[in-house]
Amino acid sequence: MFKKLAIGAAFALALAPVASNAAGGGEQHIEDFHFSFEGPFGTWDLNQLQRGLQIYTEVCAACHGLRYVPLRDLEALGYSEEEVIAYAAGNFEVFDPELDDFRPAIPTDHFPANDGVGAPDLSLMAKARAGFHGPYGLGINQLVKGMGGAEYIASLLDGYTGEEKEEAGTVLYENKAFPGGWISMAPPLAEDQVEFADGHPATVEAMSEDVAAFLMWTAEPKMMERKNAGFVGVLFLTVLSVLLYLVNKRLWAPVKGKKSH
Amino acid sequence: MSGIPHDHYEPKTNGEKWLNSRLPIVGLLYDTLMIPTPKNLNWWWIWGIVLAFCLALQIVTGIVLVMHYTPHVDLAFASIEHIMRNVNGGYMLRYLHMNGASLFFVAVYIHIFRGLFYGSYKAPREITWIIGMLIYLMMMGTAFMGYVLPWGQMSFWGATVITGLFGAIPFVGDAIQTWLLGGPAVDNATLNRFFSLHYLLPFVIAALVIVHIWAFHTTGNNNPTGVEVRRGSKAEAEKDTLPFWPYFVIKDLFALAVILVVFWAIVGFMPNYLGHPDNYIEANPLVTPAHIVPEWYFLPFYAILRAFTGEVWVVQFASFITGGIVDAKFFGVIAMFGAILAMALAPWLDTSSVRSGKYRPMFKWWFYLLIIDFFALMWLGAMPAEEPYATFSLIASAYWFAYFFVILPILGVIEKPEAQPETIEEDFNAHYGKADADATPAE
Repeated sequence: MFKKLAIGAAFALALAPVASNAAGGGEQHIEDFHFSFEGPFGTWDLNQLQRGLQIYTEVCAACHGLRYVPLRDLEALGYSEEEVIAYAAGNFEVFDPELDDFRPAIPTDHFPANDGVGAPDLSLMAKARAGFHGPYGLGINQLVKGMGGAEYIASLLDGYTGEEKEEAGTVLYENKAFPGGWISMAPPLAEDQVEFADGHPATVEAMSEDVAAFLMWTAEPKMMERKNAGFVGVLFLTVLSVLLYLVNKRLWAPVKGKKSH
Repeated sequence: MSGIPHDHYEPKTNGEKWLNSRLPIVGLLYDTLMIPTPKNLNWWWIWGIVLAFCLALQIVTGIVLVMHYTPHVDLAFASIEHIMRNVNGGYMLRYLHMNGASLFFVAVYIHIFRGLFYGSYKAPREITWIIGMLIYLMMMGTAFMGYVLPWGQMSFWGATVITGLFGAIPFVGDAIQTWLLGGPAVDNATLNRFFSLHYLLPFVIAALVIVHIWAFHTTGNNNPTGVEVRRGSKAEAEKDTLPFWPYFVIKDLFALAVILVVFWAIVGFMPNYLGHPDNYIEANPLVTPAHIVPEWYFLPFYAILRAFTGEVWVVQFASFITGGIVDAKFFGVIAMFGAILAMALAPWLDTSSVRSGKYRPMFKWWFYLLIIDFFALMWLGAMPAEEPYATFSLIASAYWFAYFFVILPILGVIEKPEAQPETIEEDFNAHYGKADADATPAE
């Protein structure tokens, strides 16, 4: 028993020191939002993802691109093929090298890249940031709460204090979630900036969560398929382990004889 | 193949005889699979099969990934996203390969420390040990180059830092670094050669694995008592051993299945836990990440690399007597590779005539301290290079070297070992009781 525990402990310890990205701004405040997709059993909230797409389209897309995300993937958010065609054509123009001109986007295109004002691409943002660290560089918070990429995005969008300052000709805005505390992105969201078809309230906090969930989807569109494969594999391997345990026990029984104590 | 007497393959049918007189391959496989194995092997002996599985897993997933990956600085990052989004099951392939590397290193570290505790490196198994160390070195090279391929920020900056180590070699360092990179900095030429070598090295590892197995099949396995199998006659040997198939194959497969439950759960539910978020940002030579950290399995040696700064007297002394040729940076590189070399030299540094740590009352504690030291170094490697971590790193690095170069040689002289069992059979029966002669096998 002790040895089995020791193997387990060695494994756990070996995995622990992960949180390589230790040390960050000490005062950074990341709110542990509850998202529907968290944990092994979590699933997407398609209504939330649709609201997030709407916020992205009406607000974020002005400066940020989603270059790695194909528009056809939007069907996974519950839209029909026709709706995706209409959305693509109605919102984005892409450059077509064959026409040598711009044309309305079609579902096989990706969301356009957008580096006009130097804003980072958001396709993978939810995996490119960790909201949680430590403690003491041990990575336990990430083990318990998750990496926190979506939490970081939501906390950032909802983290403006209203303070601003000018530095070398650039206006910086104070933000509780941003490392260092001052960010060059102006507060993008305002109350009731977006009107949802289902009448869902459009507070800054609610919109921050919606868009963060949407960006988690753009970063990891196959998350549900992956977890599903996880369950199938874990179940199969557990059954296999039990069978092998029984085979092993039976195989060794005549060799081991009876325990004297 | 083995020096332990056992039954060999006898071709029976005409077809078997025909093949055997031309190519004795069935006999080779039979002898390999039926090798007499000490029957008292404990659960620490299962990691070899886990490692073999990892190598196969990495090669199979890797070959499929290559079908969809593009080794070019402008396309590599996008091709990974293509795998994650468009390739059927691509997200699983990539996450299996990514986390497979971690499982590989978990297994290799446990395998190495098992060898260090039970004295598996001691005569006559030095060659097995040295080949194993070569495999471990090649694994590190392969993993490092594989980490560069997604062309994320950590890929790029990790490659810059690690190839920079070769730049620290006096006189020829710059030339070597340029030669390794294929240019003045990490760029397309670097990515292409790393890709080529990342594909090649696993096959070199596979060849070395065969030599590794060949070597310990010649000497026979070590076992938890360190007592050798009796080889006087076949009957005698059979009291100490059981054939590898089916006894150990089934035992090892059971252990592998249990480990894979954990592995699969990590891949399915938290595949990015062991990675670094910065690697989801495309490489940008103009933006340096705040903290450049290697993958977790390199951290202990990364900590040793960073521990020897210009303020340490040993470094200043080395610099003084070499007339400044050995500077702090080069000293760190020597220390890092020296830490691995120290392990490789263990067969000649350990002076004790007792093989297994089980019967060495003092050794045990120094060994447990080495395990703690290893984890401490791993943790320190991830911490920023500032106080108090710098001092801790130095102490932990010093212990690593002291263990191999001071403690192992001295212990063998001053330690009074405990009584060892006469035979493996005796040890086995003490644990499990004597097999009942007329017990019905498998009720």
